[in-house]
Amino acid sequence: MKHIKIIPLFVTALFLSACQTDETQEVAKLNNLIMADEFDVEGTPNPSLWKFEVGDGTAQGIPGWGNNELQYYTDRPENVTVDNGLLVITANEESFGGSNYTSGRIITQGLFEQQYGRFEARIRLPYGKGIWPAFWLLGNDCDQNPWPQCGEIDIMEYLGDSPTLVFGSVHGPGYNAGDSVSKEYQLENDRFDTDFHVFGIEWGPDYINYYVDGDLYQTVTPSLVAEEAIEDDSLENAGEWVFNRPFYIILNIAVGGNLPGAPNAETVFPQSMYVDYVRVYN
Amino acid sequence: MKNIIIKKFKSIFISGLIVLSIGCERDIADDAPDALFSSNGEVFTDIPVGLTDQFFESFNPAEGYNTDDTFEVVDDESFDGTSSIRIDVPSPDNPNGFLAGGIFRDRGEGRNLTGYDALTFWAKASTTATLASVGFGSDFEEDKFAVTRSNLQLTTNWTKYIIPIPDPSKLVQERGLFSYIAAPFDVLGDGPNGNEIGWTMWIDEIRFETLGTLGQPRPGIFNGSDIVTEAFTGSNIQVTPLTYTVNQPSGLNATVNATANYFEFESSDPAVASVDSTGEITVLGDGTTTITASIGNIAAEGSIEVTSIGPFPHAPVPTRDPANVISLFSDAYTNVPVRHYNGFFLPFQTTQGGAGSDPNNVDIQAPFSDGSPDNIINYTALNFVSIGTYETVPLVDVSSMTTIHMDINVREAIDGGDFIRILIEAGTGAGATSAGDFTLNAAALSNVNADGWATIDIPLSSFSGSIDFANLGQVFFISDATVSDIWVDNVYFHND
Repeated sequence: MKHIKIIPLFVTALFLSACQTDETQEVAKLNNLIMADEFDVEGTPNPSLWKFEVGDGTAQGIPGWGNNELQYYTDRPENVTVDNGLLVITANEESFGGSNYTSGRIITQGLFEQQYGRFEARIRLPYGKGIWPAFWLLGNDCDQNPWPQCGEIDIMEYLGDSPTLVFGSVHGPGYNAGDSVSKEYQLENDRFDTDFHVFGIEWGPDYINYYVDGDLYQTVTPSLVAEEAIEDDSLENAGEWVFNRPFYIILNIAVGGNLPGAPNAETVFPQSMYVDYVRVYN
Repeated sequence: MKNIIIKKFKSIFISGLIVLSIGCERDIADDAPDALFSSNGEVFTDIPVGLTDQFFESFNPAEGYNTDDTFEVVDDESFDGTSSIRIDVPSPDNPNGFLAGGIFRDRGEGRNLTGYDALTFWAKASTTATLASVGFGSDFEEDKFAVTRSNLQLTTNWTKYIIPIPDPSKLVQERGLFSYIAAPFDVLGDGPNGNEIGWTMWIDEIRFETLGTLGQPRPGIFNGSDIVTEAFTGSNIQVTPLTYTVNQPSGLNATVNATANYFEFESSDPAVASVDSTGEITVLGDGTTTITASIGNIAAEGSIEVTSIGPFPHAPVPTRDPANVISLFSDAYTNVPVRHYNGFFLPFQTTQGGAGSDPNNVDIQAPFSDGSPDNIINYTALNFVSIGTYETVPLVDVSSMTTIHMDINVREAIDGGDFIRILIEAGTGAGATSAGDFTLNAAALSNVNADGWATIDIPLSSFSGSIDFANLGQVFFISDATVSDIWVDNVYFHND
């Protein structure tokens, strides 16, 4: 904790800026670091940890990545690079591969997969209508057990036209897409695109705790997802807790799509999310 | 780090105020002086806070501002507490004026608003009208740090509105705490034509505050455009408009107009063109320079690249004895009164330029080397245009003159079929008219000096028809759009 000396006389005229977020996480109990990317090697993200997903989702069988998103993901440095100790994922407005926008999406699938633990990243977010960055996890069995059965843990999602809000969600059978189990976290007197904030979960066999900076704002449990799942006779396992296997990490910026809507005249391009680190503890 | 601190101390002592910042590890100066001015951000809560006895001070009634019927504090409506400000915006035909607008001023020497990032207020309206202008910094003195947000869409529910402060560090002693202009509501959106309606708005909880939720500041000049232009030595170009855009917590941008005092201007080559603190560019020497601006350490979007194209090519200065001259438009002579230098005759006339009847306030004012002005008319989109001496001014008797003189500088390539027909009409607006013309062909327009000026003297006897030169009413320039961009100077009759 850095100390700021304030002489009371001047309090009303005091500006503070650029303070690093306090990295002490009272909500997090797991402190045994098992993976960290501090992004201190310039250029392409560490290939032993990250790989690119490229395209508009067509090759993956989900055109628009399942959400009618508008971007084409590339592995070019214009869209993903490590610079000045930061991972920089950038959404651009340009014609590419039949899309009007490009962006980046990197994943640790097959390179780093982990069951349970504390997943945390320190990120400065972009802004603007249609900009949809995320820090999230997918179950490593989606090939065998198609989504949502394989499970999705969204540690942080954010819409660029709500610059004071993030939300954390889980998706599984009977609780997914528009019916996911989800909660918002709002900053008071601050916003997510002007400085770095820490986004994390602590995940155990029967809980997922969500936090922003030092604030725990959501606990998701098997009983909660069972309660909130939509009952459906054709879905025998609605509400099943599917978060008991290794998951991998995804960092991306989507542009447009069902949730954020398309960019508008006020959306400024390029837009970048800056990731200071990704760390995983158990 | 140390240097920055010293610099900060300096600014503290110079201003007598506290300007503290920045970063985590820097301590505040132990010996900084006390704040001289109140840092109270409140402007109106249930009562005016620290405002002058007049509280509301209207803009000038001579400009249409209604000072009688528009402003009161009411107890039957409020967002918070017990009262609000009710503003009744007049209808267009209100005999006491159709605009509502004025300012609130600090009753003391001003306030230190450096700790805030926005002026905020709550408002609702009787209808979904737009507030023409709202802001702060207008103090009826210098309006030094005036900021206004234009065309703010109001709703019929209480809603909070934000006026971002472009650079709070400037507001060390601000008296202008609130300003607004409201006009009748153009319900049909068909422009100002008298069918607008009066409306009412309520304003409450006006205060400066530190929101922390404003981000992505974007100062702008020239609406963010990168302008490329050529200009003559000695000419001036104003950097305008000056704007500041931030993203609000709603995700929507807010753009305000701000005075030049918030901006720093810079010329990449001050020997080519300088720019002063008001944003006025003066072209000085040969070459190309780019003028940019910033607020604090944030570069403004937009720029202007100015290439100097040398001294202004003045028309030859007339030397004829004024006793032998009757002038319609020349800096060398006293001009007779004219009705217009462009009649804007609709619907067929396309010509722009030459607006008004003041020969000293037309399109181009290029100073001579001695500093005296050279006024030049610049007709553009020319198809036809007249200089008129009728109706509001006496017809002119040029019957003692033998010749009409004019200097024309065609500002485009002259093609073989191009022409300007000079048509003189007499008796305009006074019964029967007579007219005759003389055509300047491409050769005549191309017979120019090194500065591009064709000096033209046409004997009046060369005009067709039978013109009553004792009652001159109009001199027309007719190109039928063969020539569209011309400079005109020294239009006079003489008998040399």
